[in-house]
Amino acid sequence: MQSAAASPVIEFRDVFYRVAGTQVLSGFNLEVHRGETVVLLGRSGSGKTTSLKLVNRLLTPTSGEIRVKGVSNAEGDVIRLRRSIGYVIQDVGLFPHFTVEKTIGLVPRIEGWSEERVRGRVLELLQMVGLPADLASRRPHQLSGGQRQRVGVARALAADPEILLMDEPFGALDPLTRDELQREFLLLQQRLHKTVVFVTHDLREALRLGSRIALMEAGRLVTVAEPREFLQSADPLASAYVRAFGDGLESAANRGTS
Amino acid sequence: MSVFRFMWQNHRQVLELTLEHLRLVGFSTLFAMLIGIPLGIAIAHRPRFNKPVLASANIIQTIPSLALFGFLLPVPWLGERADRLAILALTLYALLPIIRNTYTGIRGVDPAVVEAGRGMGLTESQLLFQVELPLAVSVILSGVRVAVVISVGLATIAAAIGAGGLGEFIFRGLAMVDDRVILAGAIPAALLALLADFGVGWLERLLQPR
Repeated sequence: MQSAAASPVIEFRDVFYRVAGTQVLSGFNLEVHRGETVVLLGRSGSGKTTSLKLVNRLLTPTSGEIRVKGVSNAEGDVIRLRRSIGYVIQDVGLFPHFTVEKTIGLVPRIEGWSEERVRGRVLELLQMVGLPADLASRRPHQLSGGQRQRVGVARALAADPEILLMDEPFGALDPLTRDELQREFLLLQQRLHKTVVFVTHDLREALRLGSRIALMEAGRLVTVAEPREFLQSADPLASAYVRAFGDGLESAANRGTS
Repeated sequence: MSVFRFMWQNHRQVLELTLEHLRLVGFSTLFAMLIGIPLGIAIAHRPRFNKPVLASANIIQTIPSLALFGFLLPVPWLGERADRLAILALTLYALLPIIRNTYTGIRGVDPAVVEAGRGMGLTESQLLFQVELPLAVSVILSGVRVAVVISVGLATIAAAIGAGGLGEFIFRGLAMVDDRVILAGAIPAALLALLADFGVGWLERLLQPR
């Protein structure tokens, strides 16, 4: 149960974002609370990824503000902000010249952790994301797609951020690997209780992983609902989504109200 | 064989001119790297400037070398010493391949990698030195390699304005209509070019990520 009084960890306040004459986001309002996974669902170009990048200031809103832990993210040091937020993207963006060990340890190292602590953390994270420790010395081109994405998640978790932004992290994986990673994400989230914003266009994934689903269309928030509510939603776009994905969605929405 | 006998008989001078030649090429390449690499990085990050910068470097490249040496001759401080002037001219010629390859190399880094790095909270300089430059290094060095090889050849012309180097043998040989003298300049110059090509190529492989 969310307590209504608790202040949101992430809050979009009337955010507009416009680039090169295109209105990408219009009057976007959303609150993300501690420990929940809010899935931004929508088709390409609906503004999901833009919303995500506004949180860690990879983009700056045209107007409105994004508050992170109660403070506008436009204030303060952008580098500090980003290091306090884990970021996972679809293309993973692993550094081709870095070993797995160096990749995961990068932020802790530049944050000045002792060598011993970094090494311990790397092993802990490898185990956490289900990778054998002997992978530590490999480079990205020696890993499978699923392993790369796991390393991407481990890298995002390295400095133990409270917030995790995930931009279609499992989108490019084969169905079996995706299923595996989704399952592990749920287990991980049960342990870690991160505040997660997760972008996807896959309703099934949204139902499975989300505490709440925020449906977006053409830069606007259409509706926000818990997975079970979403299936019954009277909103025309939401029901169009449900119809498009067909039967068997009930079983995907297994988390329902928590 | 008479070429080699001539070179042996004049080995002191061959060595001296080779060293002079190396000095011209070495300094000019160094300066061109000091200017060209930062400039290439700058235009890779601010694409607005890439056209004017690359076009300028291109235009310099099209000026015939003898004409450029001639243009620079009346410049006060430079004109006093031919080697300064030669180093400047060679630097200008070496800029294009270095700027262009730095630009290409940095632009060639996967945008997802750069974005992931920025999203993780790397500062712009951490991003540059830990991600972009290491990934671009082999492309940048292949630009340096081209620049060095061009410079070794061009530096022979510097002898026309009295800057020394192996071109002295070549010009003297031309005046004397003596192939041996021409070759005494041309052979070491060709060897230098090969050596430089090989050396930078080796460095390139050494620094290549993977």
